[in-house]
Amino acid sequence: MTKVRTTFGRRAFIKRVGIAGGGMMIGFSWLASCKEAAEEEVVMQMPEEWFEINGYLKIGDNGIVTIMSPNPEIGQNVKTSMPMIVAEELDTDWEKVIVEQAPLNTELFTRQLAGGSQSIRQGWEGLRMAGATALHMLKQAAANTWQVPFDEITSEAGNLHHKASGQSAHFGEMASAAAQLDVPEEVELKEKTDFNIIGTSRKNVDGKKIVTGQPLFGLDIQKEGMLIAMIVHPPGFGMQFKSMDASSVKNMPGIKDVFVFDTYTEGTRKSFADIATFNKKVAIVGETTWQVMQAKKALSVEWENAPDETFEIDFFGRTSTTEYPGGLENTQNHVLKMAEMAAKKGNVARADGDVEKAFKNAEKVIEKDYSCPFLPHNTMEPMNFYAHVTADHAELIGPIQTPEFMEQSVAARLGLTLEQVDIQMSRMGGGFGRRLYGHFLTEAAVISQQVKAPVKLVYTREDDMTFGNYRPAYYVRYKAGLDKDNNLIAFHVRAGGIPESPLFANRFPAGAVDNYLAEDWTLKSNVSVGAWRAPRSNFIAGAEQSFLDEVAELAGKDPIEFRLELFEKAMKNPVGENNDYEAERYAGVLKLLKEKANWGQSNTGISRGVAAYYCHNSYVAQVVDVVMENGRPRVEKVVSTVDCGIVVNPDAATNMIEGGVVDGIGHSMYSAMTLKDGVPQASNFDKYRLIRHNEAPKSQEVYFVQNDIDPTGLGEPPLPPVMGALANALYKATEKRHYHQPFISNKPFLG
Amino acid sequence: MATYQLNVNGKTHSVEVDPATPILWVLRDHLNLVGTKFGCGIAQCGACTIHVDGSATRSCMIPVSSIGNSKVTTIEGLSEKGDHPVQKAWLEHDVYQCGYCQAGQIMTASALLNSNPNPSDEDIEATMSGNICRCGTYTRIKAAIKTAANNSLES
Repeated sequence: MTKVRTTFGRRAFIKRVGIAGGGMMIGFSWLASCKEAAEEEVVMQMPEEWFEINGYLKIGDNGIVTIMSPNPEIGQNVKTSMPMIVAEELDTDWEKVIVEQAPLNTELFTRQLAGGSQSIRQGWEGLRMAGATALHMLKQAAANTWQVPFDEITSEAGNLHHKASGQSAHFGEMASAAAQLDVPEEVELKEKTDFNIIGTSRKNVDGKKIVTGQPLFGLDIQKEGMLIAMIVHPPGFGMQFKSMDASSVKNMPGIKDVFVFDTYTEGTRKSFADIATFNKKVAIVGETTWQVMQAKKALSVEWENAPDETFEIDFFGRTSTTEYPGGLENTQNHVLKMAEMAAKKGNVARADGDVEKAFKNAEKVIEKDYSCPFLPHNTMEPMNFYAHVTADHAELIGPIQTPEFMEQSVAARLGLTLEQVDIQMSRMGGGFGRRLYGHFLTEAAVISQQVKAPVKLVYTREDDMTFGNYRPAYYVRYKAGLDKDNNLIAFHVRAGGIPESPLFANRFPAGAVDNYLAEDWTLKSNVSVGAWRAPRSNFIAGAEQSFLDEVAELAGKDPIEFRLELFEKAMKNPVGENNDYEAERYAGVLKLLKEKANWGQSNTGISRGVAAYYCHNSYVAQVVDVVMENGRPRVEKVVSTVDCGIVVNPDAATNMIEGGVVDGIGHSMYSAMTLKDGVPQASNFDKYRLIRHNEAPKSQEVYFVQNDIDPTGLGEPPLPPVMGALANALYKATEKRHYHQPFISNKPFLG
Repeated sequence: MATYQLNVNGKTHSVEVDPATPILWVLRDHLNLVGTKFGCGIAQCGACTIHVDGSATRSCMIPVSSIGNSKVTTIEGLSEKGDHPVQKAWLEHDVYQCGYCQAGQIMTASALLNSNPNPSDEDIEATMSGNICRCGTYTRIKAAIKTAANNSLES
């Protein structure tokens, strides 16, 4: 066992004496059980009394354990995997665990945020410690009760034993005594080889509720006296509210109020989770969703062009200002401007060796451009939030990835203290970064404050898709030089975008090439952008891996062998400093892939492409098999290999990889948001193309590298490389390289 | 406003609403059956799929006035104990990620199996392509439908 001091996250271990009467700590409707309903009635008898051992868990007098899942659940399955980690160190029986979604509580928990694939990685130590601390206290209680030495107490699946005296008890019998004890200074963690929950596949704790349609999501909230609110935002970027005539609309059936409001007022303290776009909007409030939708359609609003604007946020302690130029922007013009920028020198982010000289000496030189469009997130559950704001309290419930940041800005906006604001997270119908930006939470709160009633704010799909927060549009130019022996001796990347660059200067192949230059550039825009699943990587990975495929071809080398040679160099003789990857683990996923995908075997009619990428602390490699059916490409099969360290919940992790593959193929193949005079040219799924069932890979295989490295996340890493593997397979299938996303979209496919 | 007697999940409900109100919003706002989801409002994503007399129907564009005496089944009424073969197969494969679209997926899949108990891959793809899943769980959806079909054929 490993002894650790419990100082880490100590505030999470505030011990309270048992809450009497069997009452749940919070009257939550998102109670989830790990058992199916039929069995639940027999097995999951609710205890008479709960004893709260620490902020993460409480134990019932009958041995049932409730584990709080601290982080927002957006489909990445942390509501199952995070409690699994606590349960492991508690050494309890998973079948007797109930999971509850914790509300925002900055006293008890740290980093209650869904983003950056960091929940498991950053939660790992604290979650283990929460379980281990509770087990220590239960053992201490048993030692005290039985008058035997602490070290002689053993635990197993929710039971405590003292072998010498033959005494045993289940956790519930010791919970009351344990809750009276002081929190230990030091606790022991399990050896990883002793894990019996971590590393085993456990079903999603909300599964039964999902398949039976129980209320889980923000949009499902119904409360006494609740009104429905909708917003009307400007139809395009670079536009703002001018005037409206609401007189006829106010008399429509069920309509309570129509008014203009500002999401933020002058001086509201804002964070990265707040956005500048469309600050002034119209609110329509009424009795039912359909009535409000009708009023929204009937309302006539006049818009005008917006001036140049700046938006100031507090970015983790420093003030960051973004400029939003006025004007109505067009995709056609964006593409031209990005290509112009790619031809100019950018800001040097990293330079190793002498690239200019190396290109002069190169035997072969290749240069290629890649681009991608804006993408909306399109979570299947549109933006929404429930708010009930009174003079001295705000109750806010709904789908939000950044509750802690939003608590600060919404409190400032409403004129309340942090203590007066309570935020609860519902299960979210998708996140992908969209719900990092909680303007909808603030909007719901401001509307509730104005109408003095509880409201549920609901976005239509059109409101949602045209609001912005898009994946930025990116453009990159790559140039590589080979010597006479086909060694890669020079590499130049110049990347930029609207309004940010996708460059990661220290990522591969930095460190593996003697002469390396990385530059970036940006173009200002008033189109609002945000983090979209695997920010920046979601483009640059595919472009880079596509380019490397072409360089390998020019070198006359197998694409996997070509990469492995580079990793070999990065391992033995790395160039420069701060190389942001471990070459050995990177090469590891490729070697495993080679074996699992039978790389090198040719099958008639199947075209294969390969790619590998490291982002968000995990390594993923993929082989995509494409077949041509009636002149159109169809993905037949994808094999993925992954190194994320310890795999907490293998089947759920596999699901996450499979989903990332489908999502990556879909967006690079079909999806784009274009703008004309500032107006998004698609507002719903009739015009905006998302991948559908018949376009998904026919089969998938996923393999994990086995090691005992502390776990890293999986929400984002599977998506970026598959875009490259797909492009490379499409090349084999069509003999044509695909440089610009989306590869197909609605245009006829030119193979 | 008009009054309708609706047969939903085997029970009769009386609602007073605007005749143009889509059945989706009657279910969600008036009958508190929120398992049927709002995704697009224009019958393009399938999140709102229900059964009307056993056929998969997008509820977001069907006005309540057109329902008449038809039998409406929602995800809440697909089975009494959540043990319909499709629901069981979904649990077995742990299909969902965020879970939002899955009620619609299950309703479309169960209607498919009613009319075609042993669908081919092509049948599944053709029918299920009307239901979008942004999480990309299509691989598991197909596997779960096959499991449900096999289990139903065996029993």
